[in-house]
Amino acid sequence: MAEHASVGIMFWILAIVVVVSGFLVVSLRNIFHCALFLMLCLTAVAGIFITLDAEFLAVAQVLIYVGAVSVLMIFAIMLTRDLADKQIPQTNKHAMLAFLGCTAFVLGIILVLSGTDMWRWAKTPLPVENVMTIGKLLMTKYVLPFEVISILLVAAMIGAIVLARKEKA
Amino acid sequence: MQYYLILAGILFAIGLFGVITRRNTVGILMSLELMFNAANINFVAFNKYVITGDLAGQMFAIFIVAVAAAEATIGLAIVLLIYRNWRGIDTDNYSIMKW
Repeated sequence: MAEHASVGIMFWILAIVVVVSGFLVVSLRNIFHCALFLMLCLTAVAGIFITLDAEFLAVAQVLIYVGAVSVLMIFAIMLTRDLADKQIPQTNKHAMLAFLGCTAFVLGIILVLSGTDMWRWAKTPLPVENVMTIGKLLMTKYVLPFEVISILLVAAMIGAIVLARKEKA
Repeated sequence: MQYYLILAGILFAIGLFGVITRRNTVGILMSLELMFNAANINFVAFNKYVITGDLAGQMFAIFIVAVAAAEATIGLAIVLLIYRNWRGIDTDNYSIMKW
């Protein structure tokens, strides 16, 4: 598993960006700033995907999350504008308890992972032609999930239109 | 490999924290996106470092991204509907599902 040293450096930079911006997403008061930090966090996750040799997924992440989902979020914030007021507290009274619970969760994961080495490590590297392989798999092995996901997306789109349209007078 | 899993765990915990503590429904949806991304990092990391044979982990991550997009669409439509009916999207305000 001879990786270039720069991949490791990139991983650490991106990991710090992901964690810091992710924490800002859940802790900032201004919901609009939260949406912008969500975009930064998702872009950094796309970078993490690149360090893991998943180029197609990284591009899809930028297109779908940063391009579509975040804009949708900002739309929703704009349409519910008076909620973005700074005076309204954005968190409820469970914050301390939730923080303790999540910290315990992270510590538990670190504890378990540091004591575990029972996976069968990959001997063969991933296929070099990432996009080509994904395209072939989508059309052969995973064709049924692909079609199901298409139907799901159409259903979600129609459902969103039906839900969000104005009632006829 | 462990570092990727720990990063995903931290991101998941941050998302969980946001889901529990946010009062704004859009904030909850954003925290959910963080949790989806933590799961995706795990899938792709396992795909690279543990024997799979093909790109199964990346395929799953792509399907998760698509499902998350559908979920965000429906979620934000529901948020708009709630906002129109209640004039607010604070989770404390609408507890009509609770008996």
